[in-house]
Amino acid sequence: MSDETSPAGIITRDDVAYVARLARLALSDAELDLFTGQLADVLEHARDVEALDVSDLDPMSHPYPLQNVLRDDVAGPTLDRAEVLAQAPAVEDGRFRVPPILGEEP
Amino acid sequence: MSAPTGDRPATAAAIAAAVRAGETTAAEVLETHLARIDEREGEIHAFNLVLADEAREAAAAIDRRVAAGEDVGPLAGVPIALKDNLTTRGIPTTCSSKILEGWCPPYDATVVERVAAAGAISVGKTNLDEFAMGSSTENSAFGPTRNPRDTSRVPGGSSGGSAAAVAAGFSPISLGSDTGGSIRQPAALCGVVGVKPTYGLVSRYGLIAFASSLDQIGPFAATVEDAAILLDVIAGHDPRDSTSIPEAVAPVRSVLGDGVEGLRIGLVTELMGEGIAPDVAARVQAAAEALEAAGAEVGAATVPAVTYGLSAYYLIAPAEASSNLSRYDGVRYGLRVDAATTGEMMTATRTAGFGDEVKRRIMLGTYALSAGYYDAYYGKALKVRTLIARDFAAAYEQFDLLLSPTSPTTAFELGAKTADPLTMYLNDICTIPTNLVGHAAVSVPFGVGDDGLPVGVQVLAPALGEPTMFRAAAVLEEAAR
Repeated sequence: MSDETSPAGIITRDDVAYVARLARLALSDAELDLFTGQLADVLEHARDVEALDVSDLDPMSHPYPLQNVLRDDVAGPTLDRAEVLAQAPAVEDGRFRVPPILGEEP
Repeated sequence: MSAPTGDRPATAAAIAAAVRAGETTAAEVLETHLARIDEREGEIHAFNLVLADEAREAAAAIDRRVAAGEDVGPLAGVPIALKDNLTTRGIPTTCSSKILEGWCPPYDATVVERVAAAGAISVGKTNLDEFAMGSSTENSAFGPTRNPRDTSRVPGGSSGGSAAAVAAGFSPISLGSDTGGSIRQPAALCGVVGVKPTYGLVSRYGLIAFASSLDQIGPFAATVEDAAILLDVIAGHDPRDSTSIPEAVAPVRSVLGDGVEGLRIGLVTELMGEGIAPDVAARVQAAAEALEAAGAEVGAATVPAVTYGLSAYYLIAPAEASSNLSRYDGVRYGLRVDAATTGEMMTATRTAGFGDEVKRRIMLGTYALSAGYYDAYYGKALKVRTLIARDFAAAYEQFDLLLSPTSPTTAFELGAKTADPLTMYLNDICTIPTNLVGHAAVSVPFGVGDDGLPVGVQVLAPALGEPTMFRAAAVLEEAAR
């Protein structure tokens, strides 16, 4: 295979920690060890495709070619605002309330 | 249709006919099923939630309409169980995850609306592997479901609760979702019929997304006819799902008696060898002979690239899942674990709300999509998908349908595969290729393995091949009697 980055089971503990941070998951040391081994096993299994030459094939992101699906620009029923907000963890003035962002005061 | 014998539960077809004719009432049918649930649900745990009160109200309404002379539809008074990843307005929908515990969606899934409009009575929300990620229903935050045929065994997954509900006689039909085999594999392990329809045939509006290019909703039933009736009810275009096929859908119930005379059916060589238990392979061979005896031309088919399906799937599905599940951030619905900042709140919420398998797949997908690895993993997997589609297309030039096992083994014991995710993933080698290419497939019970547990035979069809596929399923069901 000519790809510069070989997928040979090289996922490291640091990779897993980095990916967990991207995915907003906090992992304990024990979880990091466990998941690193398990993810390496799956990636190792996926190495069977390395031998395949698929360079002349187009990628298939979807079972059939999707085009934009448009509807007529006509107002219709939408979800009920009160019903939606009733399911939120915190609400204020008809909006979703969240803790401070970037450390500013609430 | 044969009459119910002994305590074999009545079929959906028989119930609907009797309710419409006024020979029984929806209320009476419902009580029979609720009594069965009372009796065995404690040991099976098919449901996250039983909707007894709501079902009694709905049944009474159906009976009033029948009394008023209305036609209440093809599922008149038929109890149905709904996988708990289908949204139900005002009724908790959890995906068997703590992150959605207590959430009451503000809308019904299209399939939920359609079965209700056809007269069906929802009796409960069924257990699943969290966010449909698993093959045994052991990954549920609310505990595992057990196989009604042998409660030391798993029911399969991820739609294990829906399969178990039908196998236990809690409802004659149920709905599940199938991303890599999550309808067909539990159907096989529980000895019921399970259908994965063509991608786009059934609206996914209200199906909580796992992997959007693979997910599809489909029926479970005790009989092929009941599965056909349910598929006819839920299939068809929905403007609220942009991936829904706009063309009219060919019905399947009306072709069930057409037989397989002259159909060319290929036994997939690559799915009959390594990794397939010999007793399972023997049943598939017997199914091929039954189809041949019924007039089909049966031969050996080759679809070489299906052997790469598992590798492609376990890069593509987690990649899509990592994106879809980013919406669970504690802001708009579901669990929130409070913290000083929004970023910390999101991390705390997701860490507490997701189980290990969901975390594994999110991380695997995030890794496969990350800078430096995208081409090697995700990009390559998408090209392998094209290769699989090409090999299927070549096989379907020679054959109308393909045949394989549904699951490599019969139902395994609880706990047997939970320690090693890859071992669990190998359950799906026969079912995954269908999802990758968006085709249709059905699992039909065809006898038992050496352990006396059910074996499912998988009939595969090209996109929109459901009518032909159901003809073969009906022949297999008859031959298995």
